[in-house]
Amino acid sequence: MRVMAQLAMVMNLDKCIGCHTCSVTCKQTWTNRQGTEYVWFNNVETRPGLGYPRRYEDQDKWRGGWRLDRRGRLRLRQGGRLHKLASIFANPVMPTLQDYYEPWTYDYRALTDAPLGEDYPVARPHSLITGRPMAVEWSPNWDDDLGGAPEHAAADPNVERLRKEVGERIRFQYEQSFMFYLPRICEHCLNPACAAACPSGAIYKRAEDGIVLVDQDGCRGWRQCVTGCPYKKIYFNHRTGKAEKCTFCYPRTEVGLPTVCSETCVGRLRYLGVLLYDADRVTAAASVADEHDLYEAQLGVFLDPEDPETRRAAERDGVPHDWIEAARRSPVHALISTYRVALPLHPEYRTLPMVWYIPPLSPVVEEVAAAGHDGEDAGNLFGAIDALRIPVDYLAGLFTAGDPGPVRAALDRLAAMRAHMRAVNLGRDPDPAAAEAVGLDATSIEDLFRLLAIAKYEDRY
Amino acid sequence: MGSRSGPEAEGVNVREPTSEPGAAFLRAGRFFRPGTPAPDLHSVRLTGGREADAFYRDRWSHDKVVYSTHGVNCTGSCRWKVFVKDGVITWETQATDYPSVGPDRPEYEPRGCPRGAAFSWYTYSPTRVRYPYVRGVLLELYREARARLGDPVAAWAELTGDPERRRAYQRARGKGGLVRAGWDEAVEIVAAAHVHTVKAYGPDRIAGFSPIPAMSIVSHAAGARFHSLIGAAMLSFYDWYADLPVASPQVFGDQTDVPESGDWWDAAYLMMWGSNVPVTRTPDAHWMAEARYRGQKVVAVSPDYADNTKFADEWLHPHPGTDGALALAMGHVILREFFVERTTPFFDDYVRRFTDLPFLVTLGERDGAFTPAKFLRAADLGDTGEGAAWKLAVLDEATGRPAVPNGSLGFRWTASGEGRWNLDLQGLRPRLTLYGEAAATPVEVLLPRFDTDGGEHGQGRGDTVRRGVPALRLEGGALVTTVYDLLLAQYGVGREGLPGRWPASYDDPDTPGTPAWQERHTSVPAAQAARVAREFARTAEESRGRCMILMGAGTNHWFHSETIYRAFLALLALTGCQGRNGGGWAHYVGQEKCRPITGWATLAGALDWSRPPRQAIGTGWFFLHTDQWRYDTYPADVLASPLGTGRFRGLATVDLLARSARLGWMPSYPTFDRNPLDLADEARALGRDPEDHVVAELRAGRLKFACEDPDDPANWPRVLTLWRANLLGSSAKGAEYFTRHLLGTHSSLRAREAGEDVRPRDVRWHARAPEGKVDLLLSLDFRMTSSTLLSDVVLPAATWYEKHDLSSTDMHPYVHSFAPAVDPPWQARTDFDAFHAIAARFSELAHGHLDTRHDLVATALQHDTPGETAQPGGTDLDWRDGACEPVPGATMPNLAVVERDYTAVAAKMASLGPLAERLGLPAKGVVLHPEEEIEQLKARNGVVRGGPADGRPALDTAVKACDTVLALSGTTNGRLATQGFHTLERRTGRELAHLAAEHEGRRISYADTQAAPAPVITSPEWSGSESGGRRYSPFTLNTEHLKPWHTLSGRQHFFVDHDWMHELGEALPVYRPPLDIHRLFGEPALGADGHKEVTVRYLTPHNKWSIHSEYQDNLLMLALSRGGQVIWMSAEDAAAIGVADNDWIEAVNRNGVVVARAVVSHRMPPGTVYMHHAQERTVNVPRAETGGRRGGIHNSLTRVLLKPTHLIGGYAQLSWAFNYLGPTGNQRDEVTVIRRRRQEVRY
Repeated sequence: MRVMAQLAMVMNLDKCIGCHTCSVTCKQTWTNRQGTEYVWFNNVETRPGLGYPRRYEDQDKWRGGWRLDRRGRLRLRQGGRLHKLASIFANPVMPTLQDYYEPWTYDYRALTDAPLGEDYPVARPHSLITGRPMAVEWSPNWDDDLGGAPEHAAADPNVERLRKEVGERIRFQYEQSFMFYLPRICEHCLNPACAAACPSGAIYKRAEDGIVLVDQDGCRGWRQCVTGCPYKKIYFNHRTGKAEKCTFCYPRTEVGLPTVCSETCVGRLRYLGVLLYDADRVTAAASVADEHDLYEAQLGVFLDPEDPETRRAAERDGVPHDWIEAARRSPVHALISTYRVALPLHPEYRTLPMVWYIPPLSPVVEEVAAAGHDGEDAGNLFGAIDALRIPVDYLAGLFTAGDPGPVRAALDRLAAMRAHMRAVNLGRDPDPAAAEAVGLDATSIEDLFRLLAIAKYEDRY
Repeated sequence: MGSRSGPEAEGVNVREPTSEPGAAFLRAGRFFRPGTPAPDLHSVRLTGGREADAFYRDRWSHDKVVYSTHGVNCTGSCRWKVFVKDGVITWETQATDYPSVGPDRPEYEPRGCPRGAAFSWYTYSPTRVRYPYVRGVLLELYREARARLGDPVAAWAELTGDPERRRAYQRARGKGGLVRAGWDEAVEIVAAAHVHTVKAYGPDRIAGFSPIPAMSIVSHAAGARFHSLIGAAMLSFYDWYADLPVASPQVFGDQTDVPESGDWWDAAYLMMWGSNVPVTRTPDAHWMAEARYRGQKVVAVSPDYADNTKFADEWLHPHPGTDGALALAMGHVILREFFVERTTPFFDDYVRRFTDLPFLVTLGERDGAFTPAKFLRAADLGDTGEGAAWKLAVLDEATGRPAVPNGSLGFRWTASGEGRWNLDLQGLRPRLTLYGEAAATPVEVLLPRFDTDGGEHGQGRGDTVRRGVPALRLEGGALVTTVYDLLLAQYGVGREGLPGRWPASYDDPDTPGTPAWQERHTSVPAAQAARVAREFARTAEESRGRCMILMGAGTNHWFHSETIYRAFLALLALTGCQGRNGGGWAHYVGQEKCRPITGWATLAGALDWSRPPRQAIGTGWFFLHTDQWRYDTYPADVLASPLGTGRFRGLATVDLLARSARLGWMPSYPTFDRNPLDLADEARALGRDPEDHVVAELRAGRLKFACEDPDDPANWPRVLTLWRANLLGSSAKGAEYFTRHLLGTHSSLRAREAGEDVRPRDVRWHARAPEGKVDLLLSLDFRMTSSTLLSDVVLPAATWYEKHDLSSTDMHPYVHSFAPAVDPPWQARTDFDAFHAIAARFSELAHGHLDTRHDLVATALQHDTPGETAQPGGTDLDWRDGACEPVPGATMPNLAVVERDYTAVAAKMASLGPLAERLGLPAKGVVLHPEEEIEQLKARNGVVRGGPADGRPALDTAVKACDTVLALSGTTNGRLATQGFHTLERRTGRELAHLAAEHEGRRISYADTQAAPAPVITSPEWSGSESGGRRYSPFTLNTEHLKPWHTLSGRQHFFVDHDWMHELGEALPVYRPPLDIHRLFGEPALGADGHKEVTVRYLTPHNKWSIHSEYQDNLLMLALSRGGQVIWMSAEDAAAIGVADNDWIEAVNRNGVVVARAVVSHRMPPGTVYMHHAQERTVNVPRAETGGRRGGIHNSLTRVLLKPTHLIGGYAQLSWAFNYLGPTGNQRDEVTVIRRRRQEVRY
């Protein structure tokens, strides 16, 4: 056992209102400069939708992350070292600016400076890359709030997969509308493909907190990391010729401040905390044969900070005492390991990502209620999960490599918590059956409620 | 998260596994490279090499953090940290230092949204207004005249007096050609224009528009104070924005009072009805998301799959504008199942004590049946004492005889009412129904319905229903029933033995009130409507009133919105939810609560120097002066009830507006067709009392109301100033009417004027409508907007990170401050400094032109003053018709003479005047006496020495103004709150002052608001309590301390008995469908024409990427959206005209033309498009194919339509007060044609 500490994040998608405040505060703080106009370390995607860059989840095309070779060993999907050497000067699997979007501005000065004419002055769009007038035809958030418009949704790789597997179950029609938001930053993976892909060895994972960074001196601009990262969270600064990425706000976390995206999240849905993990188990966990086992495998890499042996080993391996204590209090640990309501994003990329998500619960009861049942009664509660507006299968495609089991389990726990708290709220006796059915009891369910609903600042970070 | 001691110089460099091709390299490499490999060679541990990470540490470093907020009309009032490095604002993040709201609930931190987070972009953006600008054409004309004449006022008089020169610069408006000017010159032009206008036309020909004081209290007050001191009119905005829910004055006698968002947490059942919380209440949305985890059931009602439906357990999607039908059917279910089939004690007790349901109503004969007439008053029972016309009666259950309980308006303003204006029934138990009363007999009543085709009345849709109520013949002959019995009849809830036609069951689709009937109108399944109603009421019963309806612009911007809202409010009042934490209405539409309201009102109205100020109804003002009334192609009685008496026959809507002004119901400026300074002079010259002079002149027909001939040049407004506002890019309903008639420049207006048969009777029609009424349009802004583009003079304003100010909102209980992170850059100035500069130059130029004059000010009969009892019985007696005598303050406006020393305006602006303590400060019918505070302000702010303000507290800086506002308001000064409550105690006879006692010694200062958000104090200025750290919910003073509502009955009203309410058929909650624009204005019928065009409902909900026009031009917001104007349409409508996502389309109707990109979404219902509010024409708007001009703003397709019931005044809660009551600038009923246009666009 080799204990290491990792700063990790959980985002509760059930609370995300898709406001993009995180994107803006992050952009304002880190990337509103030349060379990074198109770069959003943090972005928010409406799902179903294409994401940013477009269809980044289509690894058949972009070849990010890891796969297992025939002998069951991890290989970068983009190809091995020799392949990369051959393509180092012309990496063919890079998203182009069109896949991100062509950043633009407007000739705002025309509004003030326009000479007397015949009509209102207007500021026209101009490319920030070429400086020429342009038509705005894509943006980093083009399909925002559309819930997958008829024109775009079918191209969502998750929808494509589902349609292949289960036919036309997802339809994009008025009454069947559904959507949710997926805020994304760098995953600061335990098994980062970007680092492995870098020919210059310029990408490193910090020993003390697991933050993955690009050494700005070491980067030679080969851009293999852009291909390697299956989440497309490494960006090429076209001005400096170097790769840049989310830094997990290390200048802030180092002094005890939450990341910008977390602290400015008005949905209060982001949790930061320390996780202890066994570095010796990373490779094996990333190499399990069945994709559906990756979630459990990654859970198996995490260590229980309440376990005295783990704590001793952590001290031995140089994890500071206050970090071990932080791991015990970590809301991230609680949501991922204790309550098991948070899930990794695309575990099938085998990078062991460290930004996890609580799947969105709502809306839950409409169809059940329409059939004459009260979806909040304990007896109907779990049946209602299958009647979710958001198909469980779609969520499973994001969080569990298509296995609906863990998604349903997480949603069941949230639903049970709600049913329990409704009884408390109205002064009734809660039915213990609901809590028991999800492996919790009244006390733990109320603790979970405190963490998810009350969510004080000091409990989130 | 754990703290740590700083960066460690170590790293793990992850490598590939050992057996892949190339692993040999790796194995070999470890001998040549530093670092320690892991046993599996999967990673290598390196030391050092982090030097370049300094880049990000440098990027993060900053010199200081300043706390400020955003003064935008969004209700956010969020506290932000503004980061500054090297004297430059770098970015902002939200503050998290809100005082805790308690250990068992979520906190307010962090508050903010992406718009706010992008604000600092404006500071140094290329759209920043850096210098004063004047239109070149005007500046040249002015300079020439100024040089020649030597006198700025004479120069302005000459150039605006010359039609050719005047038209030359008016026509240049909005066409570029702005040139830089110095502050001194720009201010001189502005001051000269004001002096000349006051002198030549009168001060009421000048108007200021600046909305929502709460969003930056001092900036608003600075300009308003200047306007008030010179006698200019301030235009109301809340009604103009259609954000004022007219149902609130009608039902509650309150402008709006709502729970803070933290109280959503307390709700057990939450309906979001037409309010898209994540988008429009972004900082507050978390309460809704979190309360669900507490078991709150959430229902979203919206026509599209809006953002908030994601959070809802149920989504109800009625057709746009039909929400009232759904609410009525829910009321039907609640009345049947919780009142008639069984008595629900909790509800029963509530409605008897806190609503007008038990009050008696007289019935009048009509067509062999009866119609509800008026409340039975004490006067009807032979009481001849004071206030008897304003005391209402119930039937005493014990005696079976009428009784007059405490609390109605007759107890509020009378000497004998002292101690009795309360809701204490003192043992009296009023009968809720006469059903079962031995002496009562069933009679048939006729009630209007508006949901059917046919009939000769109202849009061709009027019809009646005939239903029975139990009625009692009183001694003296009056036939009465209760409001409750009428309500059951109105809702179609029958009882055994009552005559009339009643629905057979919930499944009856033909009879108004049933779930099946609403399904026919709304498309919401009947069973779903019934189930939601049942759940709602059951939860209210079980939680004792903790059901909340969070309502928004989606249901509030309709022509008939108050009928929709009254149906909502009925649900809440029936179930005992109003006046509860976690319950009641939560109307969040443009309502930004100015918590320190008395201090603001004092400064803004200059009440410390002169009273009354001129305050106008914005909608009436714009309707008249943009000549939209000339395009009313239908008569006023088209909307009347089939049971109306024809009192609007032969009249146009503008005639009703004029009558409202004549009767003293609504204020109107300019008031008379003569300069009010001259009117006062004439009276003095004649040695006559000014009131008598005006009445005599009116009688003689020599003097007319200006609104009776608004197109006469004598009655035009001449100067309009905009600050903190972008009228012409945002709220200007009928934007193209504005540009043509008010401003006299280019316009895409295509509408036809009213034909001769429907022209006004009382208001004079000119053959040709004037173009270009306003001589000067001035705006103060920090960015270029549609308004600045049209302005003659643009002054560069400081942003919100460059000034001192205060902000508050209804959404949270704190007062926030603005503070300068940097000084205003370039030549920008704060609004406060700009208006002081204007006032200084104005005062100089006034010498010799104005000096001291007397101003005859006409104001309307006002709510929360004895004026609300001016017109008993709720009639519309018009002295012009000889129905009564013209008596100022009774049958016509109040008249007052105000002495104005125009040379002292600047001195008065910069000091607090003596009327503050001499007359006290009015606060909703209570007078606050700030003697102690005045002394403290002298000590704190210093005293003015010499001049007209000698010895008065100084008000010459924004911080002093902040401290003055805070010192003069009960919410921020515990002593005043307590004193106000003591005053109220004498009137109500109920203990109240203990609510503020815990904070009696507390004085919130500007410095306090800088240090942290300052929670406010419970005060009689509002209707709820924050005592003991409780969450604010409105009307808890009423339900818990038996203070009456400020209404006729002192209770919440289901029944409103004014003659005009009857005429419109809206005395009781009723369903009125959206206006039929096809029939009223000849627009095409809804639907596709088969190939090129589709006609759709045109809705303008709030935008995710802007707050009104603010941020809409912000590069960050444009990058996250679509980069310009868009219209959202359904896939079906798009397919009908061959439109693909992001195609250019044109939206065209009689009001104007819009060019936008299409967003095609299955989220949208077919037949409806959204053009999100306040998309401006400044960014990426090409020329239209239709007409060839620049595409319009969202309001280029709308116009104002006045509803007569909004014009009622002089009658209890239906009396005017600023932003409290007035016609709304509704715009939701509009339709437009959508076409796919040529995809090559020309700018």
